[in-house]
Amino acid sequence: MKTKIILFITAFLVWILLSWSFQPMHLIIGVIVGILVSVTTSDMFVKEPKIFRNTKRYLWLLYYIPVFIWECVKANIDAALRLVHPDLPINPGIVKVKTTLKSDAGLVFLANSLTLKPGTMTVDIDKENGFLYIHWSDVKSQDIEEATRLVVHKFERILKRIFE
Amino acid sequence: MNEIIGLIFIAIGLVFDFFGCLGLVRLPDIYNRLHSSIKCVTLGTSSILLGLLLYKGFSPTGVKALLCIIFLFLTAPVSAHVLARSAHKSGVKLWDKSVCDKYAEDKK
Repeated sequence: MKTKIILFITAFLVWILLSWSFQPMHLIIGVIVGILVSVTTSDMFVKEPKIFRNTKRYLWLLYYIPVFIWECVKANIDAALRLVHPDLPINPGIVKVKTTLKSDAGLVFLANSLTLKPGTMTVDIDKENGFLYIHWSDVKSQDIEEATRLVVHKFERILKRIFE
Repeated sequence: MNEIIGLIFIAIGLVFDFFGCLGLVRLPDIYNRLHSSIKCVTLGTSSILLGLLLYKGFSPTGVKALLCIIFLFLTAPVSAHVLARSAHKSGVKLWDKSVCDKYAEDKK
């Protein structure tokens, strides 16, 4: 039941943002469609309803968004400077890093954040052993521990508090 | 005032989109090209959409632009990951001057 309510609230919020008109007709259609979606597909999306009750996670999410946007802007300026440099200073390679995150949502957010972070892109995830394969356009270290410290650590620390 | 700031954001977005396309021409292999195209195009397109939100205010058009930014940030990196992974699995080589390829070593 909890999973259905969570999915219904999410679906209804998305509906309001999509339609952005507050006439009764639109709201009633949104409620009907939200109930249909949440009754039929709730067990596919929400695995652990209890983590939604923890207020601290939302605060960490609010802290994570500006950090992430700042990294994203830095990544773009870094990529643009490399592109306009006449010598094209890249030093690419695929390195292997460790992660301690276990949940699906946490891994997805970590991989997405790493793709938009300066110089790194996720190529594959080995979920059983907790390894990520990262294409790094400026390889500073091939050692697993050192690369983990340089690439993953900053986001993993925050994402662990949000999703685990 | 909001309209001027919106137009500035749209101009910044166009510049970053241009850099993304420049990367497709200049960089040597598919993985490096994905780097530049995904990073620059995600932020550039988001910047254009944010400019649209500021230009239109919180009208139906503007709020849809905001929703598009969220979906873009959630889905664009996934497409980059899928393209890189499928390219590697189907045997596309890395650039000659690449330093290491731990993924190919582990797959053997």
